[in-house]
Amino acid sequence: MSLITTLARMEAVRDGRAQPLTTVRHRHLAERPLVFVPLTTAGEAGAPLGALVGTDRERPRLLVVPQPRDRDLRSAFLAELAEEMLPYVEGFAGDVTLEERKETDPETGKKVTVQVELCAGAPQLLVPSAAGVSYVRLLGRSMRFRRTAEQDPDTPHPAPPRVPLLGRWLTHFGERARVPGSSLLLPMTELLGRHWATGQSNLEDQHLGALLAWIDPPEGLTGAEAALRAELARDAAGQLLHPPAGPATDPAFDNKLLAPAVTRHDAGLPGAAEELRALLETQLRPTWEAVWRGVDLLRALPEGERAGERWKRDRWSYTAHRDRVRAGEPPQPRRDDAVTAARKLAARETAQAQLEAQEALDDPLVMAGRRLAGEAFAGEVTEVVMEYTEAKVPRPRPLVTVRTDDGPYLAEGAKVHRVLPDGKAQPAEFVGPVPGDPGALTVRLTGGMGRGKVPEPGSVPEKGDRVCWTLFEHAPRGGPELPDPERTPWTHGGPPGEPAAELPDPVTAEDLL
Amino acid sequence: MTRSPDSRPTARPATPAPATLRQRLAELRGPGSAQRPLDARALAALAANPGCRRRVLLDGAGVDKSALARALGAPAAFGQSQFAITRGHSFEARAKADGGTELVRLLHEQLRDGAPAPAPGSVDVPDLTAGGPEGRTARTALALREASAAGRWALLDHPLLALPVAGAPAFLEPDAVVVHPDGTWTVVEIKSFPVIDGAADPGKVGAAARQAAVYVLALEELAARTGDGDPARVRHEILLVCPKDFANVPAAGLVDVRKPRATTRRQLARLARVEDIAAELPAGTTFDLCLADDGRTAGRPAEELAAAVEAVGAAYAPECLAACELAFHCRARARAEGAVAALGRGLRGELGGLTTVESVLAAALDRAPAGEEAGVPDPTVVALRRAAALRAEALDPPLTGIEAACR
Repeated sequence: MSLITTLARMEAVRDGRAQPLTTVRHRHLAERPLVFVPLTTAGEAGAPLGALVGTDRERPRLLVVPQPRDRDLRSAFLAELAEEMLPYVEGFAGDVTLEERKETDPETGKKVTVQVELCAGAPQLLVPSAAGVSYVRLLGRSMRFRRTAEQDPDTPHPAPPRVPLLGRWLTHFGERARVPGSSLLLPMTELLGRHWATGQSNLEDQHLGALLAWIDPPEGLTGAEAALRAELARDAAGQLLHPPAGPATDPAFDNKLLAPAVTRHDAGLPGAAEELRALLETQLRPTWEAVWRGVDLLRALPEGERAGERWKRDRWSYTAHRDRVRAGEPPQPRRDDAVTAARKLAARETAQAQLEAQEALDDPLVMAGRRLAGEAFAGEVTEVVMEYTEAKVPRPRPLVTVRTDDGPYLAEGAKVHRVLPDGKAQPAEFVGPVPGDPGALTVRLTGGMGRGKVPEPGSVPEKGDRVCWTLFEHAPRGGPELPDPERTPWTHGGPPGEPAAELPDPVTAEDLL
Repeated sequence: MTRSPDSRPTARPATPAPATLRQRLAELRGPGSAQRPLDARALAALAANPGCRRRVLLDGAGVDKSALARALGAPAAFGQSQFAITRGHSFEARAKADGGTELVRLLHEQLRDGAPAPAPGSVDVPDLTAGGPEGRTARTALALREASAAGRWALLDHPLLALPVAGAPAFLEPDAVVVHPDGTWTVVEIKSFPVIDGAADPGKVGAAARQAAVYVLALEELAARTGDGDPARVRHEILLVCPKDFANVPAAGLVDVRKPRATTRRQLARLARVEDIAAELPAGTTFDLCLADDGRTAGRPAEELAAAVEAVGAAYAPECLAACELAFHCRARARAEGAVAALGRGLRGELGGLTTVESVLAAALDRAPAGEEAGVPDPTVVALRRAAALRAEALDPPLTGIEAACR
């Protein structure tokens, strides 16, 4: 946690409400996101209990598994979930724009420009917390290898028709969520925590109710008081007034309300199924409302300039998965081969570097953190001296002196970057501090001034301008290319060979799942 | 191995605390309240926060912290869903089915040391029933000695081990201990979180390893005290058994617990001794709740109990919320005092001598001396002021518009 964040948390303690960590919203928020609030059965992996799902805030769809140990009831739940989610997920597949992309022609080996489809939009899934993201991944894993009766008539417990497909999509969402700055699947706690500092610790921020209480406390209460109520307040029967955001339920709810209701359902008592639905809705509805309240709060922030660029990459990712599904490719394997895994890691590292750079460029408050860390400096231009290269055609290499209070970690000749009015990055080299004038630093512009002898207008700052130089690149690129999987070196297990068809999970007679 | 002086090697399973200490601890609990035994989970939590004298004393004295927290008006939200308990029990029963052969087979499969596989029915399962914790630990020690000498596989189902902690014995009950034909011992930990595609939640595996490390320590202690006195007979790899994928089939893996074992051993050795803490308490301090006849309502006013609890210092950090029944009370106190550690354990180190929110904000906003009078400005204060200035500038940009410049 940077000192600026720490300070914001302390201010939150002092003022009794959360303090901004950003001046803009750093994640794209879709116009029509799909909110998914799942609940799971304690102690069982992949045994959903119920969910609220939908794009309409007023009319979510309630899905319930009255007896989580009944395989058929679970299948029915997943079928309903697929019915609700897939039309939304697939709804963005048709509307495409054409983009140009350079590709290597397999015959000639030359780079050629090809036109490819890019979906104009993409689905966005919102879940309450990071645990919800893990649960989406778990659901995806539990569904994608299942076989339908159509695929395999002999399969003992066939999956409903669209369930394996939903499993593949949820797996894709889960994988994409691991890429820093991506927005296909977002946990609300993390989204809010990125934009506001509360007067509690990171651990306590994982509680969506408490986090919202700090950001938007009800009239007459401080954030701390409201958060405490969200965490602990119970009614006369010992039930939490603000049920946990899931997917885990409160043990008191399980033991006092849910277990007796499930027993009544098992006994076949009339009305037991309706009772269970009503019970689960009491647990899900507050979280559903909380997620949407979070959406409202985030929408009030203007979107960062470069968030759209990252969303475009999400659209690419969505389009690519759409193509894989259309091409009839098998579901994602249980384990990636060495090259795919290395590629994913490299892509995430690049995405992390890009996210850090872009957030700082979009947001002076984030940039302030980088300046404090010595990774950027801002100040007023005090002097500009025109100099030129000694080539046959001299090129401008002006020296710009900046007075700053920042203390960047700079060595002579270090590369620095700034944003030009047209949005491009301008490179420069650090020359050194001005002797006898503390706080004055000189840099030499090395590019971004056009092709001529005279720099293009606006590309060289003038005396009195305020400029901000960063020590980090504005569009960091990834490392060298990785070999194709067929050329995996022996150090990494050698070529993976023909991918073996992934078998569905074996069904055992005694397992409850 | 670090040992407290009163655990000299003797044949007795656990050295009882001196009578005076036992008496003092009973007074702290209050007459009529039974001592709550320490379990491995509590020990692992205790070792995670060794600086907390309050927890050491309350756990060492066996005070019922849940009841105490309730009486203080800050009840903890601990509890287990009966679904999880049912599932845990059914899985453990499944893993220990057919006389332990399945479990030993899983262990043998993981070892890959070329030893012959256990034949069905060749696993001894000694009877460990005995009266009282002392009796059970003695029975366990005896069974371990006999099984080690027998040169056969043996499974000890729920043995009871004793480990002296901060001067008082703690009784620990691992899920199982397997005795190998070569006389070495392996701790078995059965958990009901799944292993999916060969990977389990690292946080849960870590917690299981820390818990198992406590059992390994207790076994080493036992090995040093009995038989040939060789603690090396306790293997440092424990067998973690979990459900495989989405089924109820057990899958096992060996987990090296040398690191958590070393950490736990060091932390337990650091634990201030209960005696010393108890001796520092003002005379007459007690955590007796004076429970009413219903066994729940505390007869003592909350303020009086709070004063008793305050008599011994705590080291609250947000991690306590997941590990200690008293955490909400300690958090309320830490917040009331404005302690920076309530916002995260790391902050204490980052902020140097500034331990309260108020002092940090005062330093940042230039209302307190930065130590310039001594000639050397405090680097923390300098950095804080810079951070505050940068934050203020970004939130309320000057007319020249640094915002525009940064874009």
